[in-house]
Amino acid sequence: MSGARPGGGAGAGAGTPRVAVVVFPGSNCDEDAAIASRNVLGADVKMVRHDERALGDPDLVILPGGFSYGDYLRSGAMARFSPVMESVAAFAGQGGAVLGICNGFQILCEAGLLPGAMLRNEGLRFVCQDVFLRVESKRTPFTLAINKGDVLRMPIAHGDGNWTAETRVYEEMLARDQVVFRYVRADGSRGGGGNPNGSLDDVAGICNVKGNIVGLMPHPERAAEDLLGGTDGARLFKSFATTRMAMHGA
Amino acid sequence: MTVLVKVMLKPGVLDPQGKAIADALHRLGYGAVTDVRAGKLFRIEVATDDPKAAREVGSQMAEKLLANPVIEDYELGLEAAGAAAGMEAGALR
Repeated sequence: MSGARPGGGAGAGAGTPRVAVVVFPGSNCDEDAAIASRNVLGADVKMVRHDERALGDPDLVILPGGFSYGDYLRSGAMARFSPVMESVAAFAGQGGAVLGICNGFQILCEAGLLPGAMLRNEGLRFVCQDVFLRVESKRTPFTLAINKGDVLRMPIAHGDGNWTAETRVYEEMLARDQVVFRYVRADGSRGGGGNPNGSLDDVAGICNVKGNIVGLMPHPERAAEDLLGGTDGARLFKSFATTRMAMHGA
Repeated sequence: MTVLVKVMLKPGVLDPQGKAIADALHRLGYGAVTDVRAGKLFRIEVATDDPKAAREVGSQMAEKLLANPVIEDYELGLEAAGAAAGMEAGALR
């Protein structure tokens, strides 16, 4: 596909990173993702509309939060059929890094790029608050430079974040180390109200088998600068920058 | 023809909406209610008179878009349109 470089898709050469932020009708965290990419990664950011196909040869594609297509039918169900998603799937298929945040995570699940599906939050309420996440796997570009077990504080804002999967699928995911983040309490322990939406096994973020596609409900881009009240989210972007530099031997 | 697609969460999948509705019914005094599952019904007009074709396209649409097979099951139904307008009205209203 036009969006990815031959033989890799994850960007050739170091230099200024390029980030493509996909904009669906109803996306509302696209600018936040762009600002975090510029300020933390120092990236050249291209906003790519849902009806475009050219991603612009990026190192990273971000599917931002929001309410694409009004969340009609199911969150993410309509966005999946946007022309741009063909390019995103091709880019990801070549190993390109894709980060789906909140609605972006829902879209990745609906598109079958990540396993599982989203149910309405267990408490039925739209939840808008800070949560604590424990890093469960270092095998993705966004967590490679973070310690397993580190606890990150980030905001969530969603009504359909109750991720679930069939038992057989989830067991395979565990065996393949595909759970990347879990909801925990501030001290890093499980249970006791740490999980805000009832997701299976406190899962907050997952990756595909290869580890290049990551989706999470919390918003790292909304916790990427002191001005926003926290910088833990910036660690995902910094980890991506470190991974990228290491890949290119720079 | 009219294709009806009923989409329900699979048995065993938690249905927070159904649970909230059951709680509300209990509060209204319907103590005999033991369970509620909430679903969706799609009524789709298809430009064909062939029930087999309508059923086929209905099942494709359900699998591609209307239901998420990870969490939902679907059922198909058909209604004749046009000449059978009386039947249609009787069936729905």
